[in-house]
Amino acid sequence: MQFAANAAPPRNMADLAVRRAIALYAAQTWGVAAAEIQKLAHDPLELVTRAVQPVLWLLLFGEVMAQIRGVAPGNLRYLDFLAAGILAQSCLFVAIFYGISAIWERDLGVLQRYLVSPAPRSALVMGKALSAGVRALSQAVIVYLLAVILHVGIRFNPLAMIGVVGVIILGSALFSTFSLIIACIVKTRERFMGIGQVLTMPVFFASNAIYPLSLMPAWLRAISRANPLTYEVDALRDLMLAAGRTEYGLLADFGILLGATLMLTAIAGRMYGRMGF
Amino acid sequence: MLMPDALSSETVVEVRDLTRRFGDLVAVDQVSLTVGRSEIFGLMGPNGAGKSTLIRMLTTLLPPTSGAATVAGYDVVRQPAEVRRQLGYVPQLLSADGSLTGYENLLLSARLYGIPRKERAERIARALARMDLAGAANHLVAHYSGGMIRRLEIAQSLLHRPKVLFLDEPTVGLDPAAREIVWHRLLDLRESFQTTMIVTTHRMDEIDEYCHRVALIDRGRIVATGTPAELKAGIGPGATLDDVFIRLVGAHDDHETEGEYGAVRRERRAAQKHG
Repeated sequence: MQFAANAAPPRNMADLAVRRAIALYAAQTWGVAAAEIQKLAHDPLELVTRAVQPVLWLLLFGEVMAQIRGVAPGNLRYLDFLAAGILAQSCLFVAIFYGISAIWERDLGVLQRYLVSPAPRSALVMGKALSAGVRALSQAVIVYLLAVILHVGIRFNPLAMIGVVGVIILGSALFSTFSLIIACIVKTRERFMGIGQVLTMPVFFASNAIYPLSLMPAWLRAISRANPLTYEVDALRDLMLAAGRTEYGLLADFGILLGATLMLTAIAGRMYGRMGF
Repeated sequence: MLMPDALSSETVVEVRDLTRRFGDLVAVDQVSLTVGRSEIFGLMGPNGAGKSTLIRMLTTLLPPTSGAATVAGYDVVRQPAEVRRQLGYVPQLLSADGSLTGYENLLLSARLYGIPRKERAERIARALARMDLAGAANHLVAHYSGGMIRRLEIAQSLLHRPKVLFLDEPTVGLDPAAREIVWHRLLDLRESFQTTMIVTTHRMDEIDEYCHRVALIDRGRIVATGTPAELKAGIGPGATLDDVFIRLVGAHDDHETEGEYGAVRRERRAAQKHG
């Protein structure tokens, strides 16, 4: 936007209008995300309490399951295998919380304020999704710390770690938007609690988060292949672990996560306005 | 310079046969009205009469079943994005976020309304000063009093200088002193920016004192409209707005409406938070 004032005029007015529209859309999306991050900064305790779950999974479930041989594929230790799955899981749980928070904002009246603003609904949804990603990053810090303590073979390559950040933001955006769509349908907290539980568990168990697809019966494997969480975990295993290898290829993983996120954002953008009814 | 009470003839809000059904219930039934520039227009009527539903349609939160309405010349159904740019809305419920500071709330509004980065700081500072909140800018809104929250909400709905401000029970749950401060700030704004205001309230004294015209709504229909003086004169000499209300609406409070339990629950919860 700055260039218009002092640089040479752009080639045509349409070009300028498009740039302005994109800058505005980005500012609106960022505004929503920034507000969520500010809230987190005012009350960071939430992040600590959220850390309990991954700790339990890795310490209790992980240590016991590690005794069984042949769960993790190849030469991967089970705890290494599990660490990436638990990182994806804690991001999933952060993201699923966004539906309840949207219903909460609706009951409070804060949501109506978003909806009477000229910001496109999809920008509002994307802002929320982005903030889910930032929230989930704090989980990554905790899981990484824990993984180091448990001697998980972490891949400390800076590029790979940037990749992890990307996967976490995308995956969290995907599932928070999914959660938002559910919230738009059920509209009350009570109903969401019931459905949220019913949906989170299958998404988690019908994936490669805690065991490989090769151990599954064919029908469950088919469901897991259609589950975006599987691709999130697959990418994380490759990028997070020194000994981890992607099964589907990073390009496919990122492509599927990005495609699903954009599709769900488009759907949520259409439905979000109905929360104002 | 505009005289404080100068009303221009320019129409800012125009409503024609606007109707909204919820299943069998007709919440708003063929309502028509026009509101001019810098006019303060009151909506009164019993709970569940359709006031909030009407406002939700005019603010594009709820699509009408039939009829049409324009805000600042834009159609609420066909041009919702343009309408949203022209309006400010202070809902009955809380719209300020308690887990953010006053400044952060205004920053969020500034970004949503696309106020250029260079102007943000100055506009936010001015809005805070105007609403006497400069000293509390960096405090969490959760610690604000009810009157402060209302003033912050007015500030955030005015950052983009809307042509029309919709206020749904702006003084509910406030003590008399806080109510007066809120109204004086609103009058101030109207004088500075010729803002049109559409206000719902249950308080007849506020309508008498601050509204140029008022519509009495009952069971989704407008049963009377005019200046407060005209409505009172229509009932008889010495009549009050309470008399107007009781005569025209009657004492029926036995109508069952869809979702009123929820509305009352929210209203009381909002009142509790503001109080």
